[in-house]
Amino acid sequence: MPEIRNYTLNFGPQHPAAHGVLRLVLEMDGEVIERADPHIGLLHRATEKLAESKPYNHSIPYMDRFDYVSMMCNEHGYVMAIEKLLGVKVPERALYIRTMYDEITRLLNHLMWLGTHALDVGAMTMFLYTFREREDLLDCYEAVSGARMHAAYYRVGGVYRDLPDEMPKYENNKFRSDAEIARKNEVRQGSLLDFIDDFTSRFPALVDEYETLLTDNRIWKQRTVGIGVVSPERALQMGFSGAMLRGSGIAWDLRKKQPYAAYRAMDFDIPIGRNGDCYDRYLVRIEEMRQSNRIIQQCVDWLRKNPGPVIVSDHKVAPPNRVDMKEGMEGLIHHFKLFTEGYCTPPGEVYSAVEAPKGEFGCYIISDGANKPYRLKVRAPGFAHLAAMNEMVNGHMLADVVAVIGTMDIVFGEVDR
Amino acid sequence: MNETKNSGSAGRLRALAENLTRVFTNQGCTIKHELGEVTIEIPTEHLIDVATRLRDEPDFRFEQLTDACGVDYSEYGRSEWTTGEASFTGFGRGVESAADSEPENDRRFAVVYHLLSISHNMRLRMRVFVDSAQPIVESVTPIWKSAEWYEREAFDLFGILFGGHQDLRRILTDYGFVGHPFRKDFPLEGHVEMRYDNEKSRVVYEPVSIEPRTLVPKVIRSDNRYLGDANQQQDPADA
Repeated sequence: MPEIRNYTLNFGPQHPAAHGVLRLVLEMDGEVIERADPHIGLLHRATEKLAESKPYNHSIPYMDRFDYVSMMCNEHGYVMAIEKLLGVKVPERALYIRTMYDEITRLLNHLMWLGTHALDVGAMTMFLYTFREREDLLDCYEAVSGARMHAAYYRVGGVYRDLPDEMPKYENNKFRSDAEIARKNEVRQGSLLDFIDDFTSRFPALVDEYETLLTDNRIWKQRTVGIGVVSPERALQMGFSGAMLRGSGIAWDLRKKQPYAAYRAMDFDIPIGRNGDCYDRYLVRIEEMRQSNRIIQQCVDWLRKNPGPVIVSDHKVAPPNRVDMKEGMEGLIHHFKLFTEGYCTPPGEVYSAVEAPKGEFGCYIISDGANKPYRLKVRAPGFAHLAAMNEMVNGHMLADVVAVIGTMDIVFGEVDR
Repeated sequence: MNETKNSGSAGRLRALAENLTRVFTNQGCTIKHELGEVTIEIPTEHLIDVATRLRDEPDFRFEQLTDACGVDYSEYGRSEWTTGEASFTGFGRGVESAADSEPENDRRFAVVYHLLSISHNMRLRMRVFVDSAQPIVESVTPIWKSAEWYEREAFDLFGILFGGHQDLRRILTDYGFVGHPFRKDFPLEGHVEMRYDNEKSRVVYEPVSIEPRTLVPKVIRSDNRYLGDANQQQDPADA
């Protein structure tokens, strides 16, 4: 009889399926996982400590870098917390812009998730498909903020500026033919809203395309059905949120249950799963993309009809316009005070949460009346999900670990913070 | 505040605050209802009892612990930017380092938990102050499994110990890290930096070479817009 012993296997932090810098220490009995111990913190940047040393506004760009595939949703959670603390009332147009960009962000995130999850499990083509659409959505980011990922577009009291009347266009170059450039620019002739409108009319057919590749795919189903099953009770116990919770059959969505921004006026449905396995969570997210598309359409319609201010006119929290700053004493002082010292919030504490694509993204801010947060704690959805790793992969095979990491939609920017 | 809270949720929170006051005041808990959020402050010794009841009793049913974190209150309300004397050359202002102050007291460290009730659609914040000489508090992992990593994080960053936690290791900081970096007396720059040493052909740790500096000082303004009318006059020096 040969001696049989258990292996301890190190997975990551440089493994391509580890979605960043996850190090998993797996205790294996043959190919079956007996214990999984995630080691995190390899991307820990102490953002919360940094935020304590900076005025409130300086930390908005840090928020983009938490969950770096759903940038604007993170900003939303942060600025909402400060607005609650200050009691600022945001103009309605800004609320609709935020709603629209939250949903664009959700599409960005889910497309990234779908592409990489499928790639991990063995469906190479998905990645190419989803990144084609991500390109268009990143153009929307660029048009409005100048940056394709880390936008810093949401500000306390509204958004940085109104939607542009013109889309950035491709320039002729020697790498592509002029005809191809002209074809790419065809949809970019109008305003940003025209471009988004065009995208939303194309997108449902594209989701159908993704589904033809995966939903009834035999290999995809073998790899995901019955893998990483979580019961509703356990999902609550382990602090799940977002699609991880809905995949287990709990209809909980902050956009519906505790509406913020303009979600109260939106017409959309919340998909839920039945079995709580990887396949159900896949279906939930696919349906969420369709629903996001609906919300974006409603926002585009509203934004076309309702012009107005996009940031508050209280210059204690929002900068005055350039002309006022150059020509008026009052504007100059406001500008100077805001950019050197920032604004002081009243003492108190707030927790404000948004439904980020991955789940509940919350910001807990303690203020002692200063111009910097006394303590900022970010509640990242991925942190709670990854904590359940051991329970979810226990008894599964090594290859299923990859499927479970994929289904959790882990991004290390937010887990390690 | 941008979300218009419907009267339903505000009413629920008021009822929650009243319920909590009725049930838990005799255990020494204090309840606050501010900014549309309810906070309960629990004496350390009653934490497990109160938390279990918050989860199980039909009036509360907080099934989920969404977040838990440590807080270091040692520099709370202390401004770095104080006005000294005014002379003809200007104000004698400067950034004062808070490192020389003595923060030690019973209310230095706290653990803050955020609870969510899915069935009643409401949130609650629990705060437990921890003795600063021996920062130890009972772990709530038997009540909410999700507390496991949050408590590891609070231990790692603040050095708060959780009695009964099965696996209280560091989680976010490096292997072999010394100190608890989110304490207010831990410098932002840290104590050590590392680089690759060509001669030793390995990574070496050295004391930090960067000087600490404050780019924007922390200022506290008693802004009378927020403090209500009767509370306080604005400090004339800050006007």
